[in-house]
Amino acid sequence: MYKIVEKRQLAPQIYLMDVEAPRVAKSAKPGQFIIVKTDEKGERIPLTICDYDTVKGTVTIVFQTLGKSTLEMADYQAGDYFTDFAGPLGEASEFIFEEIEALKQQKIIFVAGGVGTAPVYPQVKWLQQQGVQVDVIIGARNREMVILEEELKALGARVYVTTDDGSYSRKGLVTDVLKELIDNGTRYDHVIAIGPMIMMKFVAKLTKEYAIKTTISLNPIMVDGTGMCGACRVSVGDEIKFACVDGPEFDGHLVDFDEAMRRQAMYKTEEGREMLAMEKGSHTGGCCGGHN
Amino acid sequence: MSKAARVPVREQCPKQRVTNFDEVCLGYSLEEAVAEANRCLNCKNAKCVGDCPVAINIPEFVSHVKKGEIAEAAKVIAQASALPAVCGRVCPQETQCEGKCILGIKGEAVAIGKLERFVADWARENQITAAEAAPKNGKKVAVIGSGPAGLTCAGDLALKGYEVTIFEALHEPGGVLVYGIPEFRLPKETVVKAEIENLKKLGVAIETNVVIGKTVTIDELLNEEGFDAVFIGSGAGLPKFMGIAGENANGVFSANEFLTRNNLMKAFKEEYSTPIKVGKKVAVVGGGNVAMDAARTAARLGAETHIVYRRSEAELPARVEEVHHAKEEGVIFDVLTNPTEILVDEKGWVTGLKCVKMELGEPDAGGRRKPVVVADSEFVMEVDTVIMSLGTSPNPLISSTTQGLEINKWQCIVADEETGLTSRERVYAGGDAVTGAATVILAMGAGKKAAAAIDEMLMSSK
Ligand SMILES: Cc1cc2nc3c(=O)[nH]c(=O)nc-3n(C[C@H](O)[C@H](O)[C@H](O)COP(=O)(O)OP(=O)(O)OC[C@H]3O[C@@H](n4cnc5c(N)ncnc54)[C@H](O)[C@@H]3O)c2cc1C
Ligand SMILES: Cc1cc2nc3c(=O)[nH]c(=O)nc-3n(C[C@H](O)[C@H](O)[C@H](O)COP(=O)(O)OP(=O)(O)OC[C@H]3O[C@@H](n4cnc5c(N)ncnc54)[C@H](O)[C@@H]3O)c2cc1C
Ligand code: SF4
Ligand code: SF4
Ligand code: FES
Repeated sequence: MYKIVEKRQLAPQIYLMDVEAPRVAKSAKPGQFIIVKTDEKGERIPLTICDYDTVKGTVTIVFQTLGKSTLEMADYQAGDYFTDFAGPLGEASEFIFEEIEALKQQKIIFVAGGVGTAPVYPQVKWLQQQGVQVDVIIGARNREMVILEEELKALGARVYVTTDDGSYSRKGLVTDVLKELIDNGTRYDHVIAIGPMIMMKFVAKLTKEYAIKTTISLNPIMVDGTGMCGACRVSVGDEIKFACVDGPEFDGHLVDFDEAMRRQAMYKTEEGREMLAMEKGSHTGGCCGGHN
Repeated sequence: MSKAARVPVREQCPKQRVTNFDEVCLGYSLEEAVAEANRCLNCKNAKCVGDCPVAINIPEFVSHVKKGEIAEAAKVIAQASALPAVCGRVCPQETQCEGKCILGIKGEAVAIGKLERFVADWARENQITAAEAAPKNGKKVAVIGSGPAGLTCAGDLALKGYEVTIFEALHEPGGVLVYGIPEFRLPKETVVKAEIENLKKLGVAIETNVVIGKTVTIDELLNEEGFDAVFIGSGAGLPKFMGIAGENANGVFSANEFLTRNNLMKAFKEEYSTPIKVGKKVAVVGGGNVAMDAARTAARLGAETHIVYRRSEAELPARVEEVHHAKEEGVIFDVLTNPTEILVDEKGWVTGLKCVKMELGEPDAGGRRKPVVVADSEFVMEVDTVIMSLGTSPNPLISSTTQGLEINKWQCIVADEETGLTSRERVYAGGDAVTGAATVILAMGAGKKAAAAIDEMLMSSK
C-alpha cells in the first residue's frame, strides 16, 4: 500500500499528490513515469513523475481528470492509500547522460501544454540545479489552467505563458511564442515539448523547419508498462518502439503523430465509446483538452 | 482392468461454457479418481516418470490413490513438485508423462494429469500442508519474477531455511499463471492464489510493483540490500509482431495484451475498470497454446472467432486438448492461411485481414514441411479485430541493466543447464528467461535445480 501524504488542487480538474513510495523515489529520474492502481478493481494508470524526494521517500504526481479512472483517483484524499504504485518506468531524459559542461553550452527550451507542464517540472529542476539555464513556454486553455508557473520561476527558469483565450498573459498558441523567440534571434539547440499530442505534433513541425533537435514525450495507451503487452507501440522512423520501455521520450521529428493520435483514441473515439458502451456498459467519461 | 477405457472427466458443456469464464474441466470425484488409478499397472521400470521434467514418482502416488490415501499421495507429489494443482491442469501431458505410459501403446494412457490435479485439489480443500520450513539459516536470497520458475525456486529455498524475497514487476504474483493462462483453464482465486499463499506460509516475502532493472538493480540487491544470491525467473514476456502493413491499426492486439486485459485486469467483469475491445469478428494469428487461449477468450466475449494458421492442422503446436476444446466452443480454424496485410479504414480501425492460401512443401532441416504460398490465392477476411499470437522473447530490462550478464542472440540469459548459474557470480536464472517460451513444468524444474545449486554454493562458501 502506498500512502498519499499530500493532495492539492492546482487547477479545475488538475490535482497534485505526494505519494509515499521510497523505492521509486530513490531511483526516479526526470522523464520517467509510474503506474498507479487505486484499488483492486482499478486499472493501471500511467502518470509522469513530477518530482521526487529521496529523504521523505515520496513521489509527486500531477493528473488531470478525464474519464472513470482519473475521476476515481481524484476522490482519494491525503491519508488514503493506493494499492499499487510501480516505477520508475521508461527511460530517463536523454540529457541526464550528457556532460554538464556541454549542456551549459546549449540553449534549451521547454514547451509545456496544459497538464504537460507537470512532467516538464522535474526536467527543468534537474537542469537548473546543475547550473544549466533554460527557458520554458507554458500554454494553457485559460488563466485557471496555468499550473506550476511560480514553481518553475522559482527554479530560475525564464518562463513565457500563453493562453488560448487570452485570459492571462498573452493570447495564442505555444508555437506562436516559440516561433517569435526563434525569429527574434534566440538560437535554440534543443526543444523539449510535452503536452497534448496535437501540440507536440505542431511544435515538431515548426522545429523541423528550423532544424532544431526536438524531443517529445508520448502518452499512448498502456497496460503493464514493462514491455509485455505492446499496447504502447508507436512508429518512430522506420521502427516500432514500445513507449513504456524505449520511451516515453522520442525524437519529435521521427514520431508518426497521426498514428499515435489514432491509437490513443482507441478507447475514446465515437467508435471506441460505442464499442465500450455495447460491451460493458457506459465506461468512458467526459474528456476535454489537456495532456491528450 | 488395464484394457478398460479411461474414466472420462466431467466438463462444462460447450454451449454453456462459452458464455462464462468458469473452469471447463470439472475434475474427478474420489470414486472416479480411484477407478482411474486402478488402471495403472504400477510398472517397475515406469516409463512415465522419465518424461515428467520433475520426475514425480507417478506409480507411487497413483498407488496411494488406488487405496484412497490421498494425503499420502499428496506427500509423494510434494517431494517433486511445488505446483501440482497447476501442472495437473496445464502440463502438455500427452507429450510428457502420459506420452510414455505403457498403456498408451495399445489403448489409452493413465490420466496422470487429471489424477495429479485431483490429489492437489483434495489436499488444498482438506488443508493438508505437505511441507514445513527448516529453521532460518541466516542467508538471504532474492528471486526476480513470480512465475512458476521463481515460485518454485523460492519455495525450495524457504524450505531449506533461507530468507527469500520475491520481487515482482506486476501488482499480482503468478507470472503467466495470472496474466496469460485464462481463468477457464486455471482458476486464479482457488488454485493460483492458494499456491502462492502456501509459499507465504513458508515465510517467503513477496514485493510486488518492483521492476528489477528500473526500481532497483541486481547489483544493488547484492551490494546494498544484503542478498547473498539472486535467481532470475523473469520469463519471456516480450511479444512479437509480424511486421506487416496495418499492424498498428486500432483493433490489432498482441495476445499478451488481450489476455492481460482479461485475466490480470479482469476486463470481462463489469466492476473492473480496465476496458477490453473485442469486435464482432476476430482473427487470431498463430497456432500455439497462447493462440487457443486468446481465441477461446474472444469467443467468450461474444465474437465470431477464427484461428489463422499458416501450416496444416497436424502441425498446430497447441495441445490437442486445447484445439479440441476450442473447436467445441465454436472457434473456426482457417489453416494453411497466412496474413499478408491488415486493412484499415480512414480512421485507423481494422476492417479486414488480407491473406494468402498456403500448401505444404518439402520437409525442412527440422523435418517440418515448409508452407509455401499458393499462387493467386489472395483473399480478404472481413474482421474488426486481429490478435497476434506469434510467440514472445525475453525482455531486455534485466540484461541491459546488469553488467556482465551474458545473453544469446535470442535475448535469452545464458545459464548452466544443471545449476542455472549465469555468467555472473551468485546470479542464477531459469525458466522462460533462459529457454525462451516453454512450459510451466520446465520452468519449475529449472527453479528447483537452481535452488539446489544456490544452497550448495552458499553452504560451501561460509
Ligand atoms: C507515459 C505516460 C505518462 C502520462 N502522464 C500523465 C500525467 O502526468 N498527467 C496526466 O494527467 N496524464 C498523464 N498520462 C495520461 C493518463 O494516463 C490518462 O489520462 C489516463 O489513463 C486516462 O484514464 P481515464 O480512465 O481517466 O480516461 P478515459 O478517457 O476514460 O480513458 C479511457 C481508457 O483509455 C485509456 N487511456 C485514455 N487516455 C490515455 C492516455 N493518454 N494514456 C494512457 N491510457 C489512456 C485508459 O486505459 C482508459 O481505460 C500519461 C500517460 C502515459 C502513457
Ligand atoms: C497464454 C499462455 C498460455 C500458456 N499455456 C501453457 C500451458 O497450457 N501449459 C504449459 O506448460 N505452459 C503454458 N504456457 C507457458 C508457461 O506459462 C510458461 O512457460 C511459464 O509460465 C514460464 O515460467 P517463468 O517462471 O519462467 O516465467 P513467467 O511465468 O513468465 O513469469 C515471469 C514473471 O517475472 C516478472 N518479471 C519480468 N521481468 C521482471 C523484472 N524486471 N522485475 C521483476 N519482475 C519481472 C513478470 O512480470 C512475471 O510475473 C503458456 C503461456 C502463455 C503466455
Ligand atoms: S508434473 Fe506434468 S509431466 Fe509431471 S506428472 Fe504431473 S502432469 Fe505429468
Ligand atoms: S507407465 Fe502408465 S501404467 Fe506404468 S506406472 Fe506409469 S502410469 Fe502406471
Ligand atoms: S505498456 Fe505494455 S508493452 Fe508498453
